[in-house]
Amino acid sequence: MELRICHLYPDLLNLYGDRGNIATLIRRAQWRGIEVRLVEARLGDAIDPDASDLYFIGGGEDRQQRLAAPDLRALKGPALHRAAETGAAVLAVCGGYQLLGHYYRPSDGPDLEGLSLLDLATVHPGPKAKRLIGNIVIHEAESGQMLVGFENHGGRTRLGPDARPLGRVVAGFGNNGEDRTEGAVWKAVFGTYLHGPLLPKNPWLADLLIGTALRRRHGVVTLTPLPDEEERRAASAAASRAGSGTPPVRAR
Amino acid sequence: MRDAAAVVAARVAATASRAVRAGGGTTLPGRLAMAIAPGIVGRLTARLPRGVVLVSGTNGKTTTARSLSGIFEAGGLAPIHNRAGANLLSGIASALVASSTSGGTPRGDVGLFEVDEFTLPAAVDATRPSVVVLLNLFRDQLDRYGEIDIIADRWRRALGSLPVSATVAYNADDPIVADVGRAHTGRTLVFGLEDAPDHRHGARTLEHAADARYCYTCGRLYEYALVTLGHMGQFRCPQCGVRRPRPEVCASGIRLRGAAGAELTLELGGTSVSLSTTLPGLYNVYNATAAAAGALALGLDAATIVRGLTATAPAFGRGERVTIEGREALFLLAKNPAGFNEVLRTVLLAEQAPVVLIAINDLIADGRDISWLWDVDFEILRDRARAIVVTGIRAEDMVLRLKYAGVAAGRIMMEKDWWRALERGRGALRDGEQLYVLPTYTAMLQIRDLLTRKGYVSGFWKQ
Repeated sequence: MELRICHLYPDLLNLYGDRGNIATLIRRAQWRGIEVRLVEARLGDAIDPDASDLYFIGGGEDRQQRLAAPDLRALKGPALHRAAETGAAVLAVCGGYQLLGHYYRPSDGPDLEGLSLLDLATVHPGPKAKRLIGNIVIHEAESGQMLVGFENHGGRTRLGPDARPLGRVVAGFGNNGEDRTEGAVWKAVFGTYLHGPLLPKNPWLADLLIGTALRRRHGVVTLTPLPDEEERRAASAAASRAGSGTPPVRAR
Repeated sequence: MRDAAAVVAARVAATASRAVRAGGGTTLPGRLAMAIAPGIVGRLTARLPRGVVLVSGTNGKTTTARSLSGIFEAGGLAPIHNRAGANLLSGIASALVASSTSGGTPRGDVGLFEVDEFTLPAAVDATRPSVVVLLNLFRDQLDRYGEIDIIADRWRRALGSLPVSATVAYNADDPIVADVGRAHTGRTLVFGLEDAPDHRHGARTLEHAADARYCYTCGRLYEYALVTLGHMGQFRCPQCGVRRPRPEVCASGIRLRGAAGAELTLELGGTSVSLSTTLPGLYNVYNATAAAAGALALGLDAATIVRGLTATAPAFGRGERVTIEGREALFLLAKNPAGFNEVLRTVLLAEQAPVVLIAINDLIADGRDISWLWDVDFEILRDRARAIVVTGIRAEDMVLRLKYAGVAAGRIMMEKDWWRALERGRGALRDGEQLYVLPTYTAMLQIRDLLTRKGYVSGFWKQ
């Protein structure tokens, strides 16, 4: 069995430790004896929709996003649409998440046209608006499981009817700081503002992505449970920094 | 008159602040002085005979300023210096009032201030500097500052308001800093490294933590004839032809001596001089070169510069050695990916199988977002570190990072208590070995504060 991962713009959209997600996918597959093949697609590279089953796209600063957007539409867009429609898993974080929507409207300059892979649009309310920054905890919409991370974005994202939120904000801002939604899901395309090393501290999501990706060619695969003790401790510590429930409460 | 009152009030505040152990009195007195006498920073600095030197950049501010201080002293100049690293306007004001007479006259020849990257425009406006030294820009505390391009824009604006007589000494090897410096229409002095030794330096490929990979003029991926550290090196754009400016002050013949320091040859405006420094690591070669450029811009000569650099000892927490119960601990501040990678390389250059203590905090001064731990190449510790003690507010995240770096669980010890963490680190040492302590900024201050209370070091404001 082989997990085939495609990392989009590894040296361009790589802000905030995004590569931790790739490291997590690779290790968690390898720990279970599953082979991994990693393809890196940079500016100018076309991608093959049938060559990978799991696609990851990270975040970048405005400048990097501006460089990536036209390339993403021209050279990766059709393949990503096809891959997603045929069951491939996609994880998009922060800037990459915004680029999967219809458009990103920056505080100045022209709109960046996105892939419309997710039914959403993002608007930056202007240079005076405060950035949404901080530790964040959400409860995933379907399973109720917790996701912890850190968000840092100026853009406000609103979902259309064809995307459902990834989760509900317990502590933090989420998509727009107003409607308590966070992220977006359509088929196995996941977008989220929980940037950087999202998967290390939320291994259940990593396993969900691995399982979905493998199913595309290998049918339903049961993944051996891993101990995940360090993962749980780190998630709990992060949740306590976000000021939300879960961690041990100390008497004052 | 108002300035005199401000100086006296600030002094009282500094003494009181130390007496109640509120800290080193490095920011409050300045805030007070600026409130009593607005504009006091400009009036005091205007009376300094040799003007003001500002040092800014993500990594190396404290050490570069300290090296400049050593050079000034070697040249018989008395600097007024925000030595304790309080690098906002309040810290600059505090240093000024602490070294001024009650009549409002500064007792020094030159102002020497390290400046927070974000604060540079305000510091330029307030101090009207004669020299500005621009070191580097790396991703650091993105939650606090936003993106590095935003800081670069602020720097461009700051340079635009400099007096025409001022000189900007900037790093040729950092594409962003070079882009900022190149656009400056006033006087400039360019510094950089001509070569870089050892296993990693001298590479042609960028490490993961490199930020400025794509041309600031046309957007194409830079090519490198030499990578020194992070995204710094001899870069060139294959599309538009923009390339690293030729440095006028440069280091060559670099030999790193592990944790013991480095040897180098400096080209200083036509003169070539060799020197050795006790500051370890390639990043400190950059700092020494930057200090030399800053001193040259202020008119000091090569012999003075060499004397000053040779005599410069590490700043607190930046290569500082502390003896604890007969065992030596070497503190190497590590606060962002590029800096952390260099610190790890320095440790591995010094010791085959080191015992390392990593202390990760996520307070505001560290950056609340610790995602950057995943941009550090901890993988290089996997087959080398004999034991790694992990401590700090976010120790759990650090342990997880090491797990995914492939470090065997048996080599990792998590201990949240500072003192017990130090003890466990010392307990893992063999005879003749030292403990390498790699803390984030506030972790360094907190550990150092503990060691001060236990009598192993003196307070940072006394250094």
